[in-house]
Amino acid sequence: MRKAELIMAIAMGIASAGLMWKSAELPIGWIPREGPGGGAFPFWLSAGMLICCIWIIVRWFRGYFRFHGETPYMDRETLLVFLTGALSLTVMVGSIYLIGVYGAVPLLLIFYMRFIGRHPWSLTATLAVVFPIVTFFFFEIILTITLPKGLTEPLFYPLYDIFL
Amino acid sequence: MEIINHLFDGFLIAFEPLNLILIVVGVTVGLFIGAMPGLGSVNGVAILLPMTFLVPPTSAVIFLGAIYYGAMYGGAISSIMLGIPGASTAVATTFDGRPMARSGQADAALIAAATASFVGGTLSVVLFTMFAPPLAKVALAFGSPEEFALMLLAFATFIGLGGDDIPKTFFSIFIGLVLSAVGLDIVSGEPRLIFFDIPGFFHGVNFLVLAIGIYGIGEILWTLETNKGEVEVSRLDLTFKKFVANMIRLKETIVTMLMGSFLGFFVGILPAAGATPGSLMAYGVAKTMDRNPETFGKGNIKGVAAPESANNAASTGSMLPMLTLGIPGSPTTAILLGGMVIWGLEPGPRLFTDQTEFVWGLIASLYAANLLSLLVNLAFIPAFIWVLRIPFTILAPIIFILCIVGGYAPTQDMHDVWLMLLFGVVGYLMRKLDYPMAPTVLAIVLGPLAETSLRQSLLISHGSAAIFVERPIAAAIMACALILLFLPLLKFFVGKRKK
Amino acid sequence: MTTLKKTVTVTLGAMVLAFLSFTQVQIAAADFEPKKPVDFVIMAGKGGGADKMARLMQTIIEKHELSGKPFVPINKPGGSGAEALIHMNNTSGAAQDHTVMVTLNSFYTTPLRQANLGIDISTFTPVGRMAEDTFLLWVNKDSGITDFDGFVAAAKAAGEDWIMAGTGKAQEDQLITDFLNRTYDLNMTYVPYKGGGRVAKELAGNNAHSTVNNPSEQLGFYEAGNTVPLAAFTQNRLDKFPDAPTMGELGNEFAYYMQRSVVGPPGMSAEAAAYYQALFAKVFETEEWQKYRTDKSLYGDFLTGDALKDYWMTERSIHETMLKEIGEI
Repeated sequence: MRKAELIMAIAMGIASAGLMWKSAELPIGWIPREGPGGGAFPFWLSAGMLICCIWIIVRWFRGYFRFHGETPYMDRETLLVFLTGALSLTVMVGSIYLIGVYGAVPLLLIFYMRFIGRHPWSLTATLAVVFPIVTFFFFEIILTITLPKGLTEPLFYPLYDIFL
Repeated sequence: MEIINHLFDGFLIAFEPLNLILIVVGVTVGLFIGAMPGLGSVNGVAILLPMTFLVPPTSAVIFLGAIYYGAMYGGAISSIMLGIPGASTAVATTFDGRPMARSGQADAALIAAATASFVGGTLSVVLFTMFAPPLAKVALAFGSPEEFALMLLAFATFIGLGGDDIPKTFFSIFIGLVLSAVGLDIVSGEPRLIFFDIPGFFHGVNFLVLAIGIYGIGEILWTLETNKGEVEVSRLDLTFKKFVANMIRLKETIVTMLMGSFLGFFVGILPAAGATPGSLMAYGVAKTMDRNPETFGKGNIKGVAAPESANNAASTGSMLPMLTLGIPGSPTTAILLGGMVIWGLEPGPRLFTDQTEFVWGLIASLYAANLLSLLVNLAFIPAFIWVLRIPFTILAPIIFILCIVGGYAPTQDMHDVWLMLLFGVVGYLMRKLDYPMAPTVLAIVLGPLAETSLRQSLLISHGSAAIFVERPIAAAIMACALILLFLPLLKFFVGKRKK
Repeated sequence: MTTLKKTVTVTLGAMVLAFLSFTQVQIAAADFEPKKPVDFVIMAGKGGGADKMARLMQTIIEKHELSGKPFVPINKPGGSGAEALIHMNNTSGAAQDHTVMVTLNSFYTTPLRQANLGIDISTFTPVGRMAEDTFLLWVNKDSGITDFDGFVAAAKAAGEDWIMAGTGKAQEDQLITDFLNRTYDLNMTYVPYKGGGRVAKELAGNNAHSTVNNPSEQLGFYEAGNTVPLAAFTQNRLDKFPDAPTMGELGNEFAYYMQRSVVGPPGMSAEAAAYYQALFAKVFETEEWQKYRTDKSLYGDFLTGDALKDYWMTERSIHETMLKEIGEI
């Protein structure tokens, strides 16, 4: 936990400096008779972020620490759960480009329900089929929000012809 | 007594069978759209707009108004049950609504939210009925300096919202404000903070993307961790007896609701930001005024009642600048405004005199929509509670999917989905280290308004800050903001002396 | 050849051409039907003039069942329209035939000001110019100013304390403001706001001294007697505002319009282009659209195909000159 506090503060400090550098693309000073320039607002706020990070780092080295006990930031098990959650989502979003929302959704459902939740195949399969269908009718037909379909798009043309 | 006559005529219009059916359907549809994480009143209103040419303009706006109201009620549901605010107006509801749901009081929170919404909505319609034309004059005089003063006031009220770790709270506010600067600088017309030249950054960082990322994805990662993937089933039975007990419990929130309603309404009529600052300020004031402010954020029922009464009051209030000034206070009213153009109605100061049937029909239907929203909402509470019984391993992927759809829908850009995922993961990692997330989410809503109004004011005054003191309304709001900012300090010193 | 004969020949020729192109459009239209909902990109934010018009077009299309698939409006206001232009430029595959965009004058100014975007508007597919919005000079009635000369005198006396409110930087409103500043030796301060409705309100609330709003934005306040138009930036006086003289009458020929056009992405197939051209020609002819044009004092006839492209090229060079004059490029 202690190490994590320091690493996070340093990482965010670097990010703040990056934001300051990026903000400086526009004038960051006071333009006479006009007020602050276009970059001033983000620049000085990023500077504020940086100061906060330095504050956190300085007090860390002076021995201030608010988390009591030696609970680790992430034990092995937590890390595993976190990675499973984050990675499965990343893979799902990435796969939308290829197989579309209607391909990615059942895969995510099957992954979670069957391999994490250990629900029976019958329930998993039912939901994996029913949920995308409900999604399609609710979003695409009722709300006319078109969702990305990747390569599967032509498969939906007949459906549009029937329902729209 | 002209008003009473007009209102009576209005009720005759609102209670025509067609209009009454439209209100019921609109409220129900709105409630469900609003209850979906990521979808809000703006989706409902925008999508149903073309359908409205089937009915006359007055009925059409009644229908859209009903959807608007229903969605405002529904927004609280996803805030409480899932901890995901569907719209910026419902952020403040998560602060105490979510802890209540986690500690098995979801029913009490939902009932409080519905009732507070009803109180706020109804009171504000009454105020609207009686004072609309004079209030329109106040809204008209409200320029950039006043807007900036109001934003300062909003910031002052949520200074106490963060955690007790000072540098981390400030860090959270700052990062939210910086993210809000991404996109276009209105004053110079230059694009700014377009990271790595990715075109997606041109439209800025949408509030929803950040909120769904942090609260939706972050929350699920959090729950996954605490449950370690175990199936969690929370038992909660709703009986009539319990329902009555919950209603009686609302007694303690009456003052809070009244405060929220008035505050929300008056902030809402100002053509600045719609209902978000109003609901925040109500939450902040409720917390400051309370005898036990430390119980806020841990499941205090007043923390649900205050923002919910305020955001519904403000959404009624924001109809005023829309109708009389032609200025949308929120994306939803912007769409409604577009609708009025399509029906050939000209928003402006004369709308109240030229289109009495339309205006009073709308006002009367707002009364009806409020009452029906309350009834429909209460009727569906058992169904919403049932959602909590779904095993988490089924609920989690479904919420994930809704989050992705909700993040994608407003801009139809996969860029926002990736951004949402990033915010979710980084936000989760930061929250584990006690970085408070609420200030970030709120800062991204208020940031652009504060910056633009400040710079417009300075352009007008040629760089002199005196403009905020010379204008009476601005000066008065400024004074309130400063008092509020220094109030915690004052309390601190007074408290010390007592000890 | 006498002038009369010449006119007759030209007119006849034009009619034959128009007929030919019309039949061609008809034939081509049969070849293409949208297979999925059409993305109706709006180059501006919700609630603005372009947004309202786009939603009106969408409503007309649905009401008259002009298209087999719905048009789904998507607002892409980012970067003064840069985001929308990039989006159009990057469409590929089926999307190329299922995306159209409602544009305004940032269609010219944004690619000129941000050359690094690599947008060449001459590659975009012309679909239809639905209208040209007009601009007038407005002041608040409380100011007591009743004519253009009074405005010039008052603005000159106030110097830089005269506040001109407008939408966006280096866009339509500022180009006109800059023309007034240069031509009449004024020193008005230009303050940008987020939308035309907001600008109109700032004037009515006496937070600004003048604006150059479109009629649709000021109509509510004008009808309530809060604001007065002093001059029209058009060739002829507008029917709705007969007392506002044109700049030409005031001695300085200056007309400026805001296009309200529909464009397709570069690389849209000829069949699809013909389909959308015919579709929007029908929208233009509807009673609703014509009523909207009269109500809001809109100019401009329907333009399509090469005529629209030529119009863009002319307008682009005009804007290039204007932006150079104010030092934006």
